[in-house]
Amino acid sequence: MSVAGLIRLGDNTLVLGQRLSEWCGHAPALEEDIAIANIALDLIGQTQLWLGLAGAREGAGRTADTLAFTRDAWDFRNLLMVEQPNQDFAVTMMRQFLFDAWHFEALRALKTHDDAEIAAIAQKSFKEVTYHRERATDMVVALGDGTEESRTRMQGALDRMWPYAGEMFTTDADDLTDMVALRPHFDAHVMTALARATLTCPPSEFAHQGGKTGARHSEHLGHMLATMQVLPRSYPDATW
Amino acid sequence: MVDRRAAVSDVWDWLANVPDPEIPAISLVDLGIIRDISWRGDTLEVTVTPTYSGCPATSVINFEIEAALTAHGIENLSLKRQIAPPWTTDWLSDAGRAKLEAYGIAPPRTAGGPQHCPLCKSKSVERISQFGSTPCKAQWRCKDCLEPFDYFKCI
Repeated sequence: MSVAGLIRLGDNTLVLGQRLSEWCGHAPALEEDIAIANIALDLIGQTQLWLGLAGAREGAGRTADTLAFTRDAWDFRNLLMVEQPNQDFAVTMMRQFLFDAWHFEALRALKTHDDAEIAAIAQKSFKEVTYHRERATDMVVALGDGTEESRTRMQGALDRMWPYAGEMFTTDADDLTDMVALRPHFDAHVMTALARATLTCPPSEFAHQGGKTGARHSEHLGHMLATMQVLPRSYPDATW
Repeated sequence: MVDRRAAVSDVWDWLANVPDPEIPAISLVDLGIIRDISWRGDTLEVTVTPTYSGCPATSVINFEIEAALTAHGIENLSLKRQIAPPWTTDWLSDAGRAKLEAYGIAPPRTAGGPQHCPLCKSKSVERISQFGSTPCKAQWRCKDCLEPFDYFKCI
């Protein structure tokens, strides 16, 4: 019953964790490199908890590792936003800011879930994500209200990522909490930060969908999984 | 029949001598991650709460606990991972905080930043980055002695 909802949460943290780790050794400054790698690490750790519980609940012998490494793109249930390519640092930070703002509200709701194991993972993750959201917010404000170049890039990043925000607030019976109900708090945080960042939110309500239902992932997910899964798929018995 | 099981208080003492693999200045007990030690029959059960969910030191920590307790003659050991309630820096012992400071890492404060530079004690400090060399630390800099230093994040 709860397996599909757990997989959604775990796939979001897995795919974004993998995306962020692509920056390792390439970020614009050492401090940012370390910060992105640490956030990726938190997200991968949360993935182990979510997918580990999903595997246990499913009862078919699948572990967090088998779920991460042996499913194909159409089996993934992550939001389209998190599979989008990193592009430049502006797009990466804007994606992080929007995701963190949603993730924070989703975990806050799940902290009091009736299922004690789900609530425990949410409580643990919430502490880490509170920190992520604070950093991403500071970064968006600093870069938006920064130089002409940084502001132009951040506005471009917002225009590019905004059509992926709407999917976060679609919901169905597989979700562990009502995602629609998270929107007002998300909007309050995001709009306040964007105003401080002197950025303008696109007026369009159009939302790309199909990631969390698995109906229509973007082409980018398969390429990412090819890199992420090549080792365990090529050498299924490998241990380290 | 003589109970040959080690006293739980002794086990706490042994683990108080096992250094954290990434910040060896403090012990696993100082860090507050050992939540319970008890006997279940002839198996010693040690409950460990991870600091950060993705901290790579977690598996090393389990290995170090096993190695230390095996060296003290514990034959049947069960390590239990407990994530709720989540680890908080409130569980860091006072001794641990003092050891961190002496080691050059500013201890966590609920105010959200270091009290002073752990090297020259100046209160004029600034944050460089919310993250640092391990998941549990952030990077700060002293504006008087100009030295960068680690701050143990408060969570």
